[in-house]
Amino acid sequence: MARAWVFGDDLDTDQMVPGRYAPFMVGQDKFHTYAFCDARPEFAKTVRPGDLLVGGENFGCGSSREYAPAALKKLGVGGIVAKSFARIFFRNCVNLGIPVLEAADAVSLVRDGDDLTLDIAAGVLRTPRGDARLRPLAPFAQEILAAGGVVAYLREHGDFPAVR
Amino acid sequence: MAGPTLAELILSRVSGREVRAGDLVIAPLSRVMVHDSVIDAVMAGMKELGREKVWDASRVCVFVDHAAPAPTPVVADSHRVLREWVRGQGIATFYDAGEGVCHQIMVEEGYCEPGTVIVGSDSHSNSYGAAGAFGAGMGATDIAVALALGRTWLRVPESIKVTFRGTPRRGVTMKDAIMRVVREIGTDGARYACVEFHGAGDLPQGDRITLAGMTTEMGAKAGIVVGTPEAPDRLRPAPDAVYMREVTVDLNTLEPQIAIPPRVDQVSDVSQAIGIPVDIVFLGSCTNGRVADMRQAAELLRGRRIDPRVRLEVVPSSRRQFEDAMADGTLGKLSAAGAVVGTSGCGPCLGRTGGVLAGEEVCFSTANRNYMGRMGSPKASIYLGSPYVAAVVALTGVVDDPRPYLEASDAEFDALVAKRRAERDDRGAASARSGDRSRELLATLPLRSAPWITGMEQED
Repeated sequence: MARAWVFGDDLDTDQMVPGRYAPFMVGQDKFHTYAFCDARPEFAKTVRPGDLLVGGENFGCGSSREYAPAALKKLGVGGIVAKSFARIFFRNCVNLGIPVLEAADAVSLVRDGDDLTLDIAAGVLRTPRGDARLRPLAPFAQEILAAGGVVAYLREHGDFPAVR
Repeated sequence: MAGPTLAELILSRVSGREVRAGDLVIAPLSRVMVHDSVIDAVMAGMKELGREKVWDASRVCVFVDHAAPAPTPVVADSHRVLREWVRGQGIATFYDAGEGVCHQIMVEEGYCEPGTVIVGSDSHSNSYGAAGAFGAGMGATDIAVALALGRTWLRVPESIKVTFRGTPRRGVTMKDAIMRVVREIGTDGARYACVEFHGAGDLPQGDRITLAGMTTEMGAKAGIVVGTPEAPDRLRPAPDAVYMREVTVDLNTLEPQIAIPPRVDQVSDVSQAIGIPVDIVFLGSCTNGRVADMRQAAELLRGRRIDPRVRLEVVPSSRRQFEDAMADGTLGKLSAAGAVVGTSGCGPCLGRTGGVLAGEEVCFSTANRNYMGRMGSPKASIYLGSPYVAAVVALTGVVDDPRPYLEASDAEFDALVAKRRAERDDRGAASARSGDRSRELLATLPLRSAPWITGMEQED
């Protein structure tokens, strides 16, 4: 079971970690403690490993800063389910090995604080109000996520997954 | 099969096979751009990969611009690490603090070869489309992989065709034009897509950077200007290319635009936002910090002092722009008007250095983002627009349409300024009234106002 943290549309990476709390402003050991510090000040203190973020459209838009998803990974976030993702954020999550999955109805089924189960193999997010169907990931992204991220994948295979 | 869009053409060319939107490609890169605030993560990524040497030092461009000169010892230390890394890698294309914003230099110094793919560690790397290159922003791990392999993976994007017709009237700029496009397409309307600009190839390079860079604010993977002087003739989309959407902007009738906080796509005509009081004006960034932008501001100010209740911060986007603005007297005029001139670079655009916002201050900025907390205090508000509007705001203390000022006689000009200054209500902070005005505007205009974060308390 994982707790749901629900966000709306167009959540930008400045909200995840403001630029003034970049690792190179506050140090590698501290930046994650500022995750959502303005928007949801309780988040970094109370999020538990495995918790899931649920969002609307264009999740993670804005700056390319990888320390935004890196902060979520450091806090143990188990995955993100949204209607859609901003492109750089999506790539960053795949590269870091954070499951990012699109589901059209997740945000309408889930309330903040719900207990959820993310069943990627079955392709569903189980919620107290029923299952949200996950859009299957491209095999390319699946392979990278399965390896735990792009660095792990490249170390193992020496090159990107095949594109055809 | 229909002919290729510009994105399909470029990605087919570099990957060596005919590809269309939706295909995945492994693209060889002509350049990789790295900037100061990600170097630690990039180095860590390369180390983890076991590939600590860049694939080709002559194709790597490195910049110290995001927090420059260093505002704190921690940042200074990171810059020192970056300089050592650059030396150790044998990278010659290195621009240290004060040289300017990475994107401005990438385009103006000719590092963006048309028809090639360039990735950068900053989201506004779309700017390279100003010269006809496919530029995409990526995160630190992607950049580490790109530096190690000289290649990246891309899904070939669908394209949106944006066509400009006509010529903007005096006081209206291509910043207004691209804000009109963002108003149409929205912050996610070009997600994963490439925005291709038609009817913009003959514009000055600076205007093309404004256009290409702002495609990031629509979620685009790349934004490319068709028919730039840098690009060979054959680098054009096919006449029968298939676009996911087409948008046409009539420049002849375009009005000055303003983006209302905290969304880049909450855009209205400036005429509907007249009178909003402002505390600080930022004229700078890769979007609008060039000599042409500074000249527009100086032209509007006509040698008058700015309103004493407003601060005006001018940050040239590169040393070349700074020197040009010095040479022709523009910086002297802005300084005499009361402007503070900062070090060429990103300046306060991302809230790290050089004049960040306090409390509930209200800023008018010529940059590209107005998110909550972007320029400092999370309670501050940021309006976006052109250098002309920025100059009017600095002069009068309130948002106004710049066109009457440009057309007025000297006497009419001073009367206009006096009227607006007197109208500004100074009971309490500027922000108190500005906030009311934004809410009024948002209520009356058909703007997107989706709550950002559900359950979040609205600040009153």
